[in-house]
Amino acid sequence: MSIPSRHFDALIIGAGGAGLNAALQLASADVRVAVVSKVFPTRSHTVAAQGGVNAALANVLPDNWHWHMFDTVKGSDYLGDQDAIEFMCREAIPTVYELEHAGVPFSRLDNGKIYQRAFGGQSQDFGGDQAARTCAAADRTGHAILHTLYQQNIRARTHFFDEFFALDLVRDKDGIISGALVLEIETGEPLLIEAKATLLATGGCGQVFRTTSNAHINTGDGCAMALRAGIPLMDMEFYQFHPTGIAGKGMLITEGVRGEGGFLVNKDGERFMERYAPRAKDLASRDVVARSIVTEVKEGRGAGENGDYILLKLDHLGAEVIDKRLPGIRESSRIFAGADPIREPIPVFPTAHYAMGGIPTDRFGRVVVPVGSGSEQVVAGLYAAGECACASVHGANRLGGNSLLDILVFGRLAGKDIIDFVRENPYQRSVDPASLDEAMGRLTRWDQKGSGVPAHQLRAEFRKCMEDHAGVFRTEEIMTEGYQRLCELREQFKDARLTDHSKVFNTARIEALELQNLIDVGLSIAVSALHRKESRGAHSRPDYPNRDDVHWMKHSLYYREADRMDYKPVRTKPLTVESFPPKERVY
Amino acid sequence: MKISVYRYNPDTDQKPRMQDYEVRPFQGMMLRDALLEIKKQDESFAFRHSCGEGVCGSDGVNANGKNCLACVTPITELSQPIVVRPFPGRPVIRDLVVDMTQFYEHYRAVKPYLVRTDPLPEQEILQSPEDRDKLDGLYECILCGCCSTACPSFWWNPEKFHGPAALLQAWRFLADTRDQATEERLDALEGPYKLFRCHTIMNCVDVCPKGLNPTAAIGLIKDLMLEKGF
Repeated sequence: MSIPSRHFDALIIGAGGAGLNAALQLASADVRVAVVSKVFPTRSHTVAAQGGVNAALANVLPDNWHWHMFDTVKGSDYLGDQDAIEFMCREAIPTVYELEHAGVPFSRLDNGKIYQRAFGGQSQDFGGDQAARTCAAADRTGHAILHTLYQQNIRARTHFFDEFFALDLVRDKDGIISGALVLEIETGEPLLIEAKATLLATGGCGQVFRTTSNAHINTGDGCAMALRAGIPLMDMEFYQFHPTGIAGKGMLITEGVRGEGGFLVNKDGERFMERYAPRAKDLASRDVVARSIVTEVKEGRGAGENGDYILLKLDHLGAEVIDKRLPGIRESSRIFAGADPIREPIPVFPTAHYAMGGIPTDRFGRVVVPVGSGSEQVVAGLYAAGECACASVHGANRLGGNSLLDILVFGRLAGKDIIDFVRENPYQRSVDPASLDEAMGRLTRWDQKGSGVPAHQLRAEFRKCMEDHAGVFRTEEIMTEGYQRLCELREQFKDARLTDHSKVFNTARIEALELQNLIDVGLSIAVSALHRKESRGAHSRPDYPNRDDVHWMKHSLYYREADRMDYKPVRTKPLTVESFPPKERVY
Repeated sequence: MKISVYRYNPDTDQKPRMQDYEVRPFQGMMLRDALLEIKKQDESFAFRHSCGEGVCGSDGVNANGKNCLACVTPITELSQPIVVRPFPGRPVIRDLVVDMTQFYEHYRAVKPYLVRTDPLPEQEILQSPEDRDKLDGLYECILCGCCSTACPSFWWNPEKFHGPAALLQAWRFLADTRDQATEERLDALEGPYKLFRCHTIMNCVDVCPKGLNPTAAIGLIKDLMLEKGF
């Protein structure tokens, strides 16, 4: 069977903020770039980011990148790589200005500068007073940024493959990644896209959990492709549960609500965060706030008929502030919680939100893997950026406002590095037919007929199992039980079948392909979590309640082959400044 | 609860048909939840959807004769039996999935990006809060297509009339004090079709899930043309 093929200098898989910012660099430099996205680009999940993007512009309160760096290192519970963090916090400033120049409609201050709001975990002067570092376009910052980046890519004439699903990476005879096999969703036909460099920018994997702020499309496709290519995933046990999802539904209510002065109360009307974080209170780091909410509910102080949520109060801010700064939140709360926040509090509970871990990269977006003892090497021609990548700037817990920053900074830098790479490697490598057959096998496997567990049923069971066994609090017992069940489901997957074998826009088939990715990525989270015997950042173990810097200040690496774990050291040395040594983390 | 949905699979069907499904409603159920329930019963049913909270713009459909975004449309707002069809006037690919290529082409045709000819400052381009307010009600568009596919002028002249979504974005950049391509933008909108096929029917305003007003934006473009002596 002959598969049609197209040739580009660079292939980008994913059209969210990271992919589009990389594409913009490449297209503007006249590099032939293809962007493959399983949805029309402005449907990518960057669109749902609300609160804003961090940069020490000092438009509202005094600030500098070094304080931002300190907050990020502390927020990461000292697991973030300090060279990458320094780099990101420095780059934040020109990155935000570049976005503004590109047209992002940021909210404005009276002096005409970009509006900045307070967010959790931000401080002035290395742990002092609250800072205001988050640049916002009302509470629709992600939407404003994603649309602007897509618009600029229209200007730059980037080549888009909209509604094409990436099946797998392909290699040449030497094992070098040389593009990807993709599926045109509309026709159901495969297409080989050959490229000198490939960037994975596929975003998050929140769909591995049942209750999540993530969209239907966030199925960890890039992470799973990397795993299948033999590349480990790093720090996958660190999965962020956002403190304020709409209770029972999971839609996000931005931390910006608390940044603007909203606060959490339990059923007794008590501002309970004062007990857990006396100084930062409601603007403590996300892991801290999420655990506090779950603890309140567990100890019987939850609100509502079943006592299973907490209340987010913001009516005291007044209608004017809410309509000006948080209009999207008001709309979401009215639609999904039936509560108008101008008058009544929003019922909230933590929701699966963000993967701190991902495909290991250096700070230029180049994928790196360990070789021998202690050292690592770049995987030639393969890049990753955005939520699917791990640079590692978030360590064990990401600060609000740092994810838009991460995707923009590292998307941009990956784009720039690819420009150099394709100049130095001008010839396309030819794809090994065996590699192509393997990728095709992922697709044709679903043509099998006969009885087997329906793919959608398996997907639901898997997500429920992840939610029950890899949530906010994790013990050996719960996780071991969960791992066994996940392994059973992975076995059942081999017999999963579709009843619909049609080609044209077969969404059941796409979801089945995504299920394989969810299983691979879900297992990476469960296995990494089971092995880490300490509590750090978002990984919280009642059976090992303390952080253990002696044994566990190291990055996890999960390999799909035999669920194997490996580890590598944290890079504690920044680029130009002194290192921040680990300290007890209090807010 | 009975839902009747439009079904057409070019691989297997000679012609489209309506198919009825029985769905158990729950408190707070949105139309998207109902469609997902149908998908569980019948995996061959196809529709686009993603974020589930009205920001990605994927799941525009026509329910009981009116375009809407399924994920933010409570089923309690729809009289039963609910009849769900694809957007009107667009070629159907399969079931509720339509071909939106032409819609996106019109969007791209209005050059929906900031044009700046002056050298860029080291920091941000300054903009007063009042000037920034002029973008409210414009930049929030999610490109779902509810408006343009509800517009009779767009049904008649889909090749030539830009349609409300694209024109709203044309105004979004004309209204931005940072943009420096006003003359070129207005030039490009001249002629009897691209802009002037809007007959203020206002279906676009009626269906916009984000509460935006493309008709008003089109009026403002016309005003600006007059002011500039076009």
